[in-house]
Amino acid sequence: MVSFLIQRIIGMVITMFFVSIIVFIIMELPPGDYAERWAFRKFSGTGTQITEADINNIRAEYGLDRPAWERYLNWIGGIVTRGDFGEAFAFQTSVNNVIGQKIWLTLAILFSTLIVTYLIAIPVGIYAAVRRRSVADYTLTVFSYLGLALPNFLLALLLLYITVTVFDSSVGGLFSPEYKDAPWSMAKVVDLLKHLIVPAVVLAWSATALQLQTVRATMSDEINKLSVTAARARGISERKLMLKYPARLAINPVAGSIGFDINRIFSELPIVALVLGLPELGELLIRSYLDLDMFVAGAILLLLTFIIVVMNFFSDILLLILDPRIKLEGR
Amino acid sequence: MEITTNASINGDILLKVKDLKISFKTDEGVITAVDGVNFFVKRGQTLGLVGESGSGKSVSTWAIMRLLPKTAIIDKDSSIEFLRRDGEIVDITKLKPNGREIRDIRGGEAALIFQEPMSSFSPVYTVGNQIMEAILTHRPVSKKEAQEIAVDLLDRVGIPNPRQRFKQYSFELSGGMRQRAMIAVALSSNPSLLIADEPTTALDVTIQAQVLELMKELQEEFGMAIIFITHNLGVIAQIANEIAVMYLGGIVERGPRREIFHNPKHPYTINLLHAIPRIGKGQGQRLVAIEGQIPSPLDRPPGCRFHTRCQEMIPGRCNVDVPKITQVGNNHTVNCFLYEN
Ligand SMILES: Nc1ncnc2c1ncn2[C@@H]1O[C@H](COP(=O)(O)OP(=O)(O)OP(=O)(O)O)[C@@H](O)[C@H]1O
Ligand SMILES: [Mg+2]
Repeated sequence: MVSFLIQRIIGMVITMFFVSIIVFIIMELPPGDYAERWAFRKFSGTGTQITEADINNIRAEYGLDRPAWERYLNWIGGIVTRGDFGEAFAFQTSVNNVIGQKIWLTLAILFSTLIVTYLIAIPVGIYAAVRRRSVADYTLTVFSYLGLALPNFLLALLLLYITVTVFDSSVGGLFSPEYKDAPWSMAKVVDLLKHLIVPAVVLAWSATALQLQTVRATMSDEINKLSVTAARARGISERKLMLKYPARLAINPVAGSIGFDINRIFSELPIVALVLGLPELGELLIRSYLDLDMFVAGAILLLLTFIIVVMNFFSDILLLILDPRIKLEGR
Repeated sequence: MEITTNASINGDILLKVKDLKISFKTDEGVITAVDGVNFFVKRGQTLGLVGESGSGKSVSTWAIMRLLPKTAIIDKDSSIEFLRRDGEIVDITKLKPNGREIRDIRGGEAALIFQEPMSSFSPVYTVGNQIMEAILTHRPVSKKEAQEIAVDLLDRVGIPNPRQRFKQYSFELSGGMRQRAMIAVALSSNPSLLIADEPTTALDVTIQAQVLELMKELQEEFGMAIIFITHNLGVIAQIANEIAVMYLGGIVERGPRREIFHNPKHPYTINLLHAIPRIGKGQGQRLVAIEGQIPSPLDRPPGCRFHTRCQEMIPGRCNVDVPKITQVGNNHTVNCFLYEN
C-alpha cells in the first residue's frame, strides 16, 4: 500500500515534468513573440518608427532573448520554488493575480459538476438495474440517450432562458451584481452555489447520462453473480443484499473514470462558460492565446493538467479502497 | 395402490415436493424446465439427485429456497411442503418471493452450497464477514459472539489457522478451502436441510473425497438432511440413502440406494449405471455414454420423455402417452410403461 502510493507519487512527478515540457513547447509555438506583439499594439497608429533595437530591448526586459532551456528553467523554477507563474504581459501584472480567483471558481464548477453527476448517476443507475425492463428503466434509458444527444450549449441556453423568464433571476456569471465585488461572506457563498446549479447541470448532463449507463450495466452484471445468489441464500433482505454486494461493485468503474470525466468537463467548459458568461480559466486561456500572453496560457494548461493528474491519483486510491483484489495483487 | 410419494408430510418427512412444474419466460417464449417432479426427503437422511446436465436438478432444488430468477414461473398446482422447526408445515411455493418467511428459512433452516466455490463468495468482503452475516441474520448474538462462532465453524470444517482465514478474502483460499468455508456458512444456523448442488464437481479427486467425508461427518454431528446433487453415481453411492434419477425435467425413477444400484428398473437408470466411469479413470467425468442426443427443452418429445433414446421403446405407447408413477418395490418407484400393470 505505502509502496504503491510512493510509486504513484513518483509517477505523478515524472508525468508533470513531461507535461511542463510539452506546455512550454506549446507556449513557444505561435509565430512571433510577445515583444513584437507588444510593440505593435503600443505604437501602431502613432506613426512611431520601431526599430529592431527597440524590440530587442523589450525582449531583454522580459528575458525573452535567453535560450529556450534557460527560459524553461526560469519559468518552472519560479513555479516550483515560489509558486510564481511569471508575468501576464497583457494585463501588466503577475499571472498569479490574473488567475488567482478564477482557478478557485473553476474548481468550484468542476466539483459541483462531479457531485451532480455522481449524485444522480449512481443511485439512478442502480435503481434502473434493479428494476430492469420496467417502465422506469426504459424511461431512464430514453432520457439518458437524450442526454448524450443534446449538445450542452443548447441545454445551457435553454436553462438560461427558463431561469430568467420563469424564476426571474440572473444566471449569467457566478455572482449576482451586488456580490460581484463584495468580500466573501456566507451570503456570497449561497449566491455562488445558486449560480453554480445551472453550469453544473449543463456540464453534468452528458457525463451523467454516460455514467448512468455504466452503473446500470455493471449493476445488471453483478446482480446475476453467483455470490449474490449465495448471499440471498443466507436470508438477508433484498435491500441490504443489493446495496452490500452488487451496488458496491457497480461504483468501481465510476471511481475509475473520475479523471476521464474531469477531462471532458474541461473540454466542454469553455463553450458553456461562454454561453453562461462564467469567469473561468478556459475563456482566459483562449484570450491569452490571442494575445500571445504565453505565461498565462502556460499556467492555465499546467494547472488544468495538474488537476487531472491529481484527480487520477485520487481515483486510483479510491479503487484501491473499494476493491481488495487490487490491493492484494501488489503484495 | 399406495404410492410412496403421496405419503403426507408427517413423522420423519421434512420436505415434500409435489407435481413441481417450473417454466422460464425467455425471448423464444416460455420454456418448461421441469415438469411433474415428485420427491420427498426424510429428516437427517440424504437424497441423491442424479441426472445429465440440463435435466433440471438445480432448477428443482433452487425452487425449494425460492432462489430462481424472476423469469421463473412455478406452476400454481405445484407444492413444496417444508416442515419448519416450530412444527408448522409451509408450502414454499405460496410464500412471498423475498418476504420475511422465506428469508427466515433461507440460511436459517435450509442452506445451499454451490458447484463453484470460487464464485460463491463475494471478492470484496472477507470470508469472515460473509460467515458472520449468515450468523447475525439468524441468531440473536452480538458481533463478537458471531465472530467466535464463525472461527469455531471454520475450525470445525477443517480449515487450518481459522482465525487468520477469517480475515482473508475467498480468492486467497484454495478451491477445497473455499468449499469448506462455504459449508461453514451453510451450517452456521444449524439448518435442517442442506442442498448441495454438485459441491465436489469442481474439485480434484482427493479434495473431493475429503469434502465428501467432511459432509458425512457433519451430517452425523448436526443431523441435517441433505439433498446431494451430482452427475457422478460413484459419489452418490458413498453418501445417499435414497436416490432420485432425473431426465429432461422429470424424475424417472427413485428408491433406496441399494435398490437403484442393484435392481434398477428404468432403461435410463440402467444406462446410467453402465456409464459409470471405472475407478481411477477420473471420477469427475460427466455421464455421456448414453446413445443419442438429449432433446432440447424447447421441443420436449411427447409421451415418455426418454423414448427418443430408449432401446426398449414400445411404439404407439411410449411416444404417445405419459407413463405414471409405478411402485416396483418397497419404496421404489419408476415412470415407465414396462412396469405399468
Ligand atoms: N434462467 C433460466 N432461463 C431459462 N432456462 C433456464 C434457466 N435456468 C435453467 N434453465 C433451463 O432449465 C433446464 C434445467 O436446468 P438445470 O440448471 O436445473 O440443469 P441441471 O440438471 O442442474 O444441469 P447441470 O448438471 O448442468 O447443473 C435447462 O434446460 C436449462 O436450459
Ligand atoms: Mg445444476
